[in-house]
Amino acid sequence: MADGTPLLELEGVSKRFGPVQALDRVDFAVHAGEVIGLVGDNGAGKSTLVKAIAGIHSPDEGTIRFEGEEVRIKGPQDATELGIATVYQDLALCDNLDVVANLFLGREQVSAGPGQVSRQLDEVNMEHETADLLSNLAVTIPSLRSEVGTLSGGQRQQVAVARSLLGDPRVVLLDEPTAALGVPQTKQVLELIRRLRERDLGVVVISHNLADVFAVADRVFVLRLGRAAGEFKAEETTEEHVVGAITGLGDGGERDQHAEEGENS
Amino acid sequence: MSPTEEASPEEAGERRPTTGETVRRIVQGDLSSFRVVLGLVVIAIIFQVQEDRFLSAENLTNLMLQITTIGLISVGVVYVLLLGEIDLSVGAVSGLSAAVMAVLSVNHGWNAYLAIAAAVATGAAIGCLQGTLFSRFVVPSFVVTLAGLLAWEGALLQVLGKTGSLNINDPKITGLANIFYSDTVGWIFAAVIIGAYGAALVVGYRRRVAAGLGDTNAISQIVRFVLLAAIVIAAVAILNSNRGVPLAVMILLAFVVGMEYVAKQTTFGRHVFAVGGNAEAARRAGIRVNRVRVAVFTISGTMAAIGGVMAASRLFAVNQNSGGNELLLLAIAGPVIAGTSLFGGRGSVWTALLGALVIGSISNGMDLLSLSSAVKLMVTGGVLLLAVLVDAVARQQRQTSGRV
Repeated sequence: MADGTPLLELEGVSKRFGPVQALDRVDFAVHAGEVIGLVGDNGAGKSTLVKAIAGIHSPDEGTIRFEGEEVRIKGPQDATELGIATVYQDLALCDNLDVVANLFLGREQVSAGPGQVSRQLDEVNMEHETADLLSNLAVTIPSLRSEVGTLSGGQRQQVAVARSLLGDPRVVLLDEPTAALGVPQTKQVLELIRRLRERDLGVVVISHNLADVFAVADRVFVLRLGRAAGEFKAEETTEEHVVGAITGLGDGGERDQHAEEGENS
Repeated sequence: MSPTEEASPEEAGERRPTTGETVRRIVQGDLSSFRVVLGLVVIAIIFQVQEDRFLSAENLTNLMLQITTIGLISVGVVYVLLLGEIDLSVGAVSGLSAAVMAVLSVNHGWNAYLAIAAAVATGAAIGCLQGTLFSRFVVPSFVVTLAGLLAWEGALLQVLGKTGSLNINDPKITGLANIFYSDTVGWIFAAVIIGAYGAALVVGYRRRVAAGLGDTNAISQIVRFVLLAAIVIAAVAILNSNRGVPLAVMILLAFVVGMEYVAKQTTFGRHVFAVGGNAEAARRAGIRVNRVRVAVFTISGTMAAIGGVMAASRLFAVNQNSGGNELLLLAIAGPVIAGTSLFGGRGSVWTALLGALVIGSISNGMDLLSLSSAVKLMVTGGVLLLAVLVDAVARQQRQTSGRV
């Protein structure tokens, strides 16, 4: 893993919201078939970094390269077209729609034949593909026609992740995928993340839960006050090291920086 | 799909709904149309016991004619409710559109169809304008359409001019609400409806089986087919024994079926539900949320205009009261009574028809009993309140029991 041209590479990315320097010259890279845990304290810039990649907030400075080529991501649509899928913490599911409808939301399949004129939904095909995709991912949901609002938190998370795969993305960004989940459900979601890696996707997982990060990530990337505060190989480091980098109190890893400077800006 | 060892008890229960759960689902609104049909039966029994003309063919035909306007306006209202919004201008828009038609037809001698088209275009343009104001400037739809309610009522008075009333005598317009078909044509309608429904069921079922999707619903589909066929046959038999199937009923049915198809089977309809359920999720999924909103308000204005045309046709006139009184509130109350949620994302166009039937039956029955307007309004208000409470309770229960 982690060699060759990264799928996605950020160089010197900065983002400022009024007086707050949310991201300060951050370098970041994701390779195919690799899971990166993106960690940091509240306000460290994790979400801002993900939103910069996802096209929600365009960065003020810095370059983004996708498969080695410089790209500009001005909106969510651009990110989707490149092959970057994002699963937000609030999942962005429509509770009133069923699993199939949510999976295909915004890219519904239209049936062939006379129904095409009215853009008639091809429910049968969509349900078929949903069943295929979910069974490939080993996701079990009682009924594809049950409203998403009636599913458990873990199932909803899995539906959200599965949905992100429909556009055949290369990079998947997951914002706190295990927050507010019980132990067995967390296990299911982590298992699903491993399956994404097996599909040779680049996966970025934001999490507060270091145990979950270590359970699934190949590399851990630490942000602190908007700056890169360390990057670790998961198998070569310990939670203490990472916590040190997060809080700025311990050894900052490979790239020991004095992130406190960020407070002045 | 096989259960995993991690399936929680709730998940396991979902596969085998018990009797208790079925009852709860009815209460929670999953089977809300069943609840409404039950309500209709109760209403019919109550009125029939006190006044045996209520279920006569004559009165049922009248009832169908009475609900046409409300039903048509409610079709548009359902779409607005699906978005979780409200359109308070539908009554005024229906009156103004009808007035436009009347002025063009009576004063300017326009061809009836052109005059009707102008009325419909008026409604569509107003809806489009209100939808644009609402979505573009993020003003609550409540306020935009409240302003519309006042402004379009003023416009109605303006258009009607000094006389304040116009009598319509073009038979092409008055025929809309006053043409009745012969028995034979009525039965042909019945055969076409039943045949089309049956064909749709069979085609859908075959496609599911061909795609290898397990389908255990064969029996429930047969039950639905038989029920629909029975209702259609009974309705045509009753209407035929009086004046025949009215054109107005066919117009109402065509719009209900057509707009239900749009809501449930097309990409646009799916997007309406998505925006009503979670606008932010819809936006992130790439749905052009504002475009959906404008389209929905345009539909609402258009349906209001069509309802207004039918009302004018039935009255043979447009006057200062057209589209006024409680028409607006009843047109919104109907779908809500019949189970379309005020909170968006849940409902169906059928509730426009069912709700109009409930409201129309109550109003018609109380007219037969010669009750005063005071009693009628209070009873209708009570029914609406009850329906909204049921909706709110169902929503709370979904929220508390929905997630593990």
